[in-house]
Amino acid sequence: MTTSPSDPAAGAGPAADLAVVGAGPAGLAAAVTAAALGLTVTLLDAGARPGGQYYRHPDPALGATRPQALHHDWKAFTGREAELRAYERAGRVRHLPNRQVWSVTGSGADWTVHSRTDDEAGQPVRARAVLFATGAYERQLPFPGWTLPGVVGAGGAQAMLKSGLVLPGTGVPPARAKPRARGRVVVAGSGPLLLAVAASLAAAGARVPAVVEAAGYGPYARHTGTLLRNPAKLAEGARYGGALLRHRVRPLLRHAVVEAHGTDRVEAVTVARLDHDWRPLPGTGRRIPCDALAVGHGLVPELSLATALGCATRTAADGTAALVLTPGLRTSVPGVWAAGETGGIGGAQLALTEGEIAAHSIAGRAVPAALVRRRARLRAFADAMGAAHRPGGGWTGWLPEETAVCRCEEVPAGRIREAVEELGATDARTVKLLTRAGMGWCQGRVCGPAVAALAGGGPAADRRPLACPVRLGELAELPVD
Amino acid sequence: MPNRHSPDVVIIGAGVVGAACAYYAARSGLTVAVVDRGPVAGGTTGAGEGNLLVSDKEAGPELDLALLSTRLWRELSAALPPETEYEPKGGLVVAPDEPALQALRTFAEGQRKAGVTAAEIPADRLADLEPHLAPGLAGGFHYPQDAQVQPAQAAARLLAASGAALHLGEEVTAILRGPAGAVRGVRTPRRELLAPAVVNAAGTWGGEAARLAGVHLPVLPRRGFVLVTEPLPRVVRHKVYAADYIADVASGSAALQSSAVVEGTPGGPVLIGATRERVGFDRSLSTEALRRLAAQATALFPVLAGVQVLRAYHGFRPYLPDHLPAIGPDPRVPGLHHACGHEGAGIGLAPATGALVAAALTGAEPPLDPAPFRPERDFGPADAPTQEQQS
Ligand SMILES: Cc1cc2nc3c(=O)[nH]c(=O)nc-3n(C[C@H](O)[C@H](O)[C@H](O)COP(=O)(O)OP(=O)(O)OC[C@H]3O[C@@H](n4cnc5c(N)ncnc54)[C@H](O)[C@@H]3O)c2cc1C
Ligand SMILES: Cc1cc2nc3c(=O)[nH]c(=O)nc-3n(C[C@H](O)[C@H](O)[C@H](O)COP(=O)(O)OP(=O)(O)OC[C@H]3O[C@@H](n4cnc5c(N)ncnc54)[C@H](O)[C@@H]3O)c2cc1C
Repeated sequence: MTTSPSDPAAGAGPAADLAVVGAGPAGLAAAVTAAALGLTVTLLDAGARPGGQYYRHPDPALGATRPQALHHDWKAFTGREAELRAYERAGRVRHLPNRQVWSVTGSGADWTVHSRTDDEAGQPVRARAVLFATGAYERQLPFPGWTLPGVVGAGGAQAMLKSGLVLPGTGVPPARAKPRARGRVVVAGSGPLLLAVAASLAAAGARVPAVVEAAGYGPYARHTGTLLRNPAKLAEGARYGGALLRHRVRPLLRHAVVEAHGTDRVEAVTVARLDHDWRPLPGTGRRIPCDALAVGHGLVPELSLATALGCATRTAADGTAALVLTPGLRTSVPGVWAAGETGGIGGAQLALTEGEIAAHSIAGRAVPAALVRRRARLRAFADAMGAAHRPGGGWTGWLPEETAVCRCEEVPAGRIREAVEELGATDARTVKLLTRAGMGWCQGRVCGPAVAALAGGGPAADRRPLACPVRLGELAELPVD
Repeated sequence: MPNRHSPDVVIIGAGVVGAACAYYAARSGLTVAVVDRGPVAGGTTGAGEGNLLVSDKEAGPELDLALLSTRLWRELSAALPPETEYEPKGGLVVAPDEPALQALRTFAEGQRKAGVTAAEIPADRLADLEPHLAPGLAGGFHYPQDAQVQPAQAAARLLAASGAALHLGEEVTAILRGPAGAVRGVRTPRRELLAPAVVNAAGTWGGEAARLAGVHLPVLPRRGFVLVTEPLPRVVRHKVYAADYIADVASGSAALQSSAVVEGTPGGPVLIGATRERVGFDRSLSTEALRRLAAQATALFPVLAGVQVLRAYHGFRPYLPDHLPAIGPDPRVPGLHHACGHEGAGIGLAPATGALVAAALTGAEPPLDPAPFRPERDFGPADAPTQEQQS
């Protein structure tokens, strides 16, 4: 049985050996491995069930019987979930679902994890070590029309299919959709996820008029060795590719959606050719009618909690900020580890592997050589992919002055350019101070990469001392220090 | 590198104080260059709240500076673009009980003699000014001169209006001196900027900048946290705070102190700030600081308890042991001027500081007596090395 979030006893008790934030592939693997190695673990996650962004559970109300249909390695998940339940029953793991962690404070071997549920504060969790397995969110690069209804994140579309089983552009589960109601979904952006999304959409009955990929596959050629050492990954790619061919979908390389059209919702997109630096080439635009657009440019590690503790970051091959980690997955702050996407975008297999490595490292055990090799191989693959799909600086060429970059605060590109060119902002933080871009509900998770690109600096590591909103009354009632 | 168009003055620091110095120096006819290792407003100015307060200052030199600034900010609001968000909204200081109210009366009496407008508000009239204020307060004082700006915008717009040459992303690594010891300019990794005058407007790092010229100025960091809520309709109309805040400001204690100033902003969010503690440059989140701010804010405005806090941030106020900034020429190094150490009031005090510095640079009559802010003054026993071991 899971602990009810409102159970007053949920936060009491002695400090755990390890607090894991995030129950996606990385956090889940870390928690069960650490428990197997004899540690007591508290696992917190914002979601109701473990699995994170990858292993998603269909809403029980929809009566889906085969969630595994959209997952290739559902068993890797169900096995670990069963282990988790067993360790919970044995009192070795405490799983706290529906907990948003807003801050982790402490040092050395004395950490406090502050969290909340939707309605109330959660008891602070004490632990001797912390592991951040907080995953990632989607990288959005704005274009005119990107805020129209019917424009969804590519990963978001995939997540909708997995959990709600709803097809974007139709609002109905595919099983219930009449053939005519099945929408036309353009898939666009950059990264390996696009093919997966397009394949899932096509398999679920959507028509995919185009898969629009901003990068070329040319850069892959430079990494043939790495690619060949990752046969499973290649097979995955081939499977998506094959599925797409069956549905007559061919990726349009070095192209981007430079505008979405429509009044109440998206009705068409304009697709243009890009130069090597992602600058749209004039006169190459053409219109593709559609009912929805699923667009994403890869993922960005979610680092708010880690950077608030001062964990050092680096610029990863894909241009995002990721944590600096040792081979044992320690961050630069003693007592704090990280695994999965937080150390650089790399996918679910890598996240599972890193979760196991981190658990060994935290338990003070030698890391099995097989895990080390596997991690090296998957990381190399991820870096090759990341480099190939890293946005070229020219993409801002499709961003006119009046297009909103920060949708929470409605800040258009022109205001950001003014702050940079005329007011002395040389980084994303100063742009934010001068324009309010990134000050709204999402705290810059949507506009951050775009603002950083317009500011001309490198990627700005997340700087959010509060990882999520907290009610003032909850802060007022924190235990007195 | 020889400069064909050497400026008359180089200002170190593109915070609000450096920006105001640039503005008033340029208005006095000087050509100005501003150097900052970061962007505009990337230091403490970007972490400040933008309160322009007279209400929290007891009669004395700092209040005089604040009153001059109040006038200058009003003038500036007409000259600078609306993005500066100047708002003369007024302050409301409330007293939880009768003794606090009595103390506030004495305090306000002294302020009135110095030129402050302060009107006592009886308990039953507080709701006229602030409908959502908690019941049961003993009374308060309304200070119509208290105002507000958006600090980063204020700095950026003052700089833009000054027409100064901006060198951003360049750290001053040396202050150049001539054979007789007078300043000749500054060195950055990219250039030598030659000028007969250099202004140290390096804020919390003003002590290090002074050291580059070989002089001692004991600027220390004093950390503050601020909470920012979700956007709300106009719930809080003035700058509202409890009377014990005044005692905190004047205190030199290293311990955490706080009395939340609660205020609405044109953008919608309510700002709650700020704590004061001397912990060196410790960047870690203090949940105790957040708890106190939240507890005080909800005590003043119970309706805020259910409101979401979207973010929290902190900054390091530039602090001098006697709570007065260092403004003016440094007799120890001819050509060196200081404009730093404004602690929790640098945004408010920036225009008067700029006007004083411009007067000193041009030899004009100062707008008020600069003597209390002399940078070479004796900072007293608090200026001891042990006091800096706070981190
Ligand atoms: C929208 C989206 C769709 C994706 N779709 C696919 C796909 O179809 N195929 C594919 O191969 N890969 C997909 N990915 C990538 C894949 O999900 C990741 O590679 C994998 O899940 C990484 O595992 P992880 O454990 O590092 O992070 P995640 O699986 O992201 O897990 C992180 C967990 O941390 C929790 N968390 C984060 N912050 C907090 C906090 N402050 N408090 C509490 N909990 C917190 C989150 O709720 C989440 O459960 C997708 C990613 C995203 C973002
Ligand atoms: C939480 C908080 C709330 C506050 N609220 C208010 C308020 O409501 N009202 C108010 O009036 N004040 C407030 N303050 C105080 C106010 O922010 C400061 O007094 C003011 O910003 C100081 O401005 P400055 O220009 O002196 O310093 P800064 O803004 O710090 O500027 C100094 C600049 O010098 C640069 N610099 C330093 N050394 C070098 C070097 N060697 N070379 C090149 N550049 C260098 C730095 O990069 C920096 O940009 C608050 C402060 C905090 C922390």
